[in-house]
Amino acid sequence: MTKYNKSEAELEASFQQRVDSEQKIEPKDWMPEAYRKNLIRQMSQHAHSEIIGMQPEGNWITRAPSLRRKTVLLSKVQDEAGHGLYLYSATETLGIERSELIAALQSGKAKYASIFNYPAQTWGDMGAIGWLVDGAAIVNQVSLQRTSYGPYARGMIRICKEESFHQRQGYVIMMELAKGTPAQKQMAQDSLNRFYWPSLMMFGPHDSESAHSAKSMKWKIKRETNDDLRQKFIDQTVPQIAYLGLEHPDKDLVWNEEKGQHDSGEIDWDEFYAVINGNGHSNRQRIQHHVKAHEEGAWVRDAMSAYQQKKTQRKVNAETAA
Amino acid sequence: MTSSTETVNKQDIIDYAARLGDDAIVIGHRLSEWVSRAPFVEEDVALGNVALDFLGHARMYYTHAAELSNEQNGTTDITEDNFAYLRDERQFQNHLLHELHKGDFAYTTARQLLIDVFNKHFLEQLKKSNDKTLAAIAVKAAKEAKYHCRRSQDWTLRLGDGTSESHERMQLALNDIWGYSHELFEVDALEQRLVDAGIAVDCTLLKADWLKEVTAIIEEATLMVPDQDWAVSGGRQGYHTEHLGHLLTEMQFVHRSFPGAKW
Repeated sequence: MTKYNKSEAELEASFQQRVDSEQKIEPKDWMPEAYRKNLIRQMSQHAHSEIIGMQPEGNWITRAPSLRRKTVLLSKVQDEAGHGLYLYSATETLGIERSELIAALQSGKAKYASIFNYPAQTWGDMGAIGWLVDGAAIVNQVSLQRTSYGPYARGMIRICKEESFHQRQGYVIMMELAKGTPAQKQMAQDSLNRFYWPSLMMFGPHDSESAHSAKSMKWKIKRETNDDLRQKFIDQTVPQIAYLGLEHPDKDLVWNEEKGQHDSGEIDWDEFYAVINGNGHSNRQRIQHHVKAHEEGAWVRDAMSAYQQKKTQRKVNAETAA
Repeated sequence: MTSSTETVNKQDIIDYAARLGDDAIVIGHRLSEWVSRAPFVEEDVALGNVALDFLGHARMYYTHAAELSNEQNGTTDITEDNFAYLRDERQFQNHLLHELHKGDFAYTTARQLLIDVFNKHFLEQLKKSNDKTLAAIAVKAAKEAKYHCRRSQDWTLRLGDGTSESHERMQLALNDIWGYSHELFEVDALEQRLVDAGIAVDCTLLKADWLKEVTAIIEEATLMVPDQDWAVSGGRQGYHTEHLGHLLTEMQFVHRSFPGAKW
């Protein structure tokens, strides 16, 4: 830890001042311990979501119905692995190792986006996930491009570019289905129905119920509230559903002229907490899949470091002999 | 390779391109099974990359086969997807080595070593094909094959000369698949006709260089080249192992469940 001559209170005041004046906080800067912890929690959760998010879509790469769709889906899932890597590296700038982050994911101490506890049952779900799940993620990530921590903000800028391609590929799948045969259109409607509400839940609880919101807003880790971001998503999705010619899953949705936005039906928060707390179809499967791959890869990682050591030793031996 | 392609039966070229597409799609499928299951995230990305390359090759070969089929039949609606999704196990003509199960990471590495080195030599020759499209595909694919070879070589060295466990796994994998490597160098009547016309690669001529290169890597990795006393063959005649049927079932089921649908 770097030593500073100022008192904790002075450091915190100048930190807050930098945040307030929109200067980025960088890895070597002083930061309150709670800020660091809060960031590690949020950024690693984000990284884990990318990694766990590979599973429901990875589950469909081998079954994609055309070679074009297979190529695009594989590229997308591969991008997610890349985003996960990028976010793990950004999180490591806060003084924590990737192996610790992965251990926390596998023990259940760290979370990932609960949306991935829903099963991807049909090809239509590849459309709904790309369009709605990535769409909701983008709304959040666009806002995070202005987050106060420099490495996170820069990561988001890069990731957002690829995410818009992801959302587009999802919407293209939905368009093909919606204008296709009646069976395809029904597949699209079914996927929309199953993924619409969980997508709204991705923004987290209402602001009044959100555990981390107030402090995160003050530190500008979060730039907009859960409810504001969710509203943006609701409003942008209405015309997209209409364009597809599908029925909107929210039967209580009405346009509020005064507010200039849609009033939405209430989210089933019991479902939200039930799934977060382990009652989703895929909670156990997702973690077990990750643990299995990690354990089955242990001998490969061991071999890699053993080989590296041997190589280094041989070099040393050669130099000594010379 | 001097003869003209005009005397060649178009169906032969269609079948040949489809075979090459079959090899690429089947190994691409196997590699894609690693995504989210790799030993670490960097490998999820790398294996995904290689899978995408093979998928890209498959699409180019199949598209060529589809275009020739449309010319031959006076149709316009045959596409790459007809070849990937609407043919059965007995019609697929990929090499058996490509279809064997995913296996562990050593199995995948050993198989890729044999296939990638083969492809590198094969594509160098295909670049000279009198079929301009095949030659152009080879130019593009050869660049990727060089990278695949480097990757397979690096991993073979790491695993062969890593820990005793990784060494043992690599040796077992090589022993298990070696007998499937021989058919890579066979040429049947169809391919011979195309070799004579300067269109297909004479794979019998690739074996010596392939064996030399693969042997050098295997030995540097402190592994042994397996016994040469068993060989399985039949992929090019549609005589497959039981692995392929399951692969095709999975790959084709959505496409076949909605006949005529667009995706």
